[in-house]
Amino acid sequence: MQADHLDGNALAGPLAEIFAADVSVAVSRCAACGLTGPVASLHVYDRAPGLVARCPGCEEVVLRLVRSPDAAWLDLRGAVTLRIPLGGAGPGAVASAGGEPGADR
Amino acid sequence: MTRWHVARLVKVRDENATARTLVFDVPGWPGHLAGQHVDVKLTAGDGYSARRSYSLAGPEGVELTVQRVPDGEVSPYLTLDMEPGDELELRGPVGGWFVWRPDGPAPVLLVAGGAGIVPLMAMIRARRAAGADTPFRLVYAVRSPERLCYADELLRPDPGVSVTLAYTRRVPEGHPRPPGRLTAADLGPYGEADCYVCGPTGFVEASAALLVGLGHDPARIRTERFGPTGD
Repeated sequence: MQADHLDGNALAGPLAEIFAADVSVAVSRCAACGLTGPVASLHVYDRAPGLVARCPGCEEVVLRLVRSPDAAWLDLRGAVTLRIPLGGAGPGAVASAGGEPGADR
Repeated sequence: MTRWHVARLVKVRDENATARTLVFDVPGWPGHLAGQHVDVKLTAGDGYSARRSYSLAGPEGVELTVQRVPDGEVSPYLTLDMEPGDELELRGPVGGWFVWRPDGPAPVLLVAGGAGIVPLMAMIRARRAAGADTPFRLVYAVRSPERLCYADELLRPDPGVSVTLAYTRRVPEGHPRPPGRLTAADLGPYGEADCYVCGPTGFVEASAALLVGLGHDPARIRTERFGPTGD
């Protein structure tokens, strides 16, 4: 495993290609240890055929994303839940369809 | 769904010998929040393409500051070869987590390591553009004076914004702080604040740990890491 990792902020672009909401601000719950936190805080390893996001608490795989020329493969095996903020106040407002700056999805 | 935009370079500005700011014209750009980034895609004639993420440096328009990484695949082109009129593809704005909004009431502590200054500079500029009076404090760790970005702007007085420069390897003559890694003394004393930390992975881990040690609530520390090289 590479020693240096990125974080879930780096997933924002690749996931914006798939989802209408900004999944990087979603709160995920790790299937292995139960830790909850924003997807933006996951440890992301990108020296692989895709992106691998691991739990910052237990380093188990939470999410994997591989983009082939004509499809995206998304493996969410390590996330029990994703709480995705939709509209209103808070970080999710960026991802809402409310016309706020940044709502380009 | 976020689409790729065609961006045309309109202006460049050297920040120092190895970093350059690029200003792009992007028709249909929807606006963004300070701290957001874009994904840049460069495609070679043979179809090979490389993608990188770069933070937006200002509150308006598409302005990126890129640190050149020796032997990098993308940054040498952006910092040396790309000329006004040239185009590339970019996707964004993306990333709604590492953002600051001008209506945020809490004091803000910004901690930058090297090129990690870019999204934090966007926050300082957004504060100024909005006429906000939120107290800001920036602690900017940088290798040497030659590596400083936005030097003139940061040294100019900006009411409500305090700037601490922490040189890690070499200091300019007369600088009071000896060169060395960031310490708790640089980040303290503790004051209630929303913290934003951006830099290389090791820097972010170390700085976030120092902030927690000073008494900051981990839930109020937002971090953004870039890779071992940034390219």
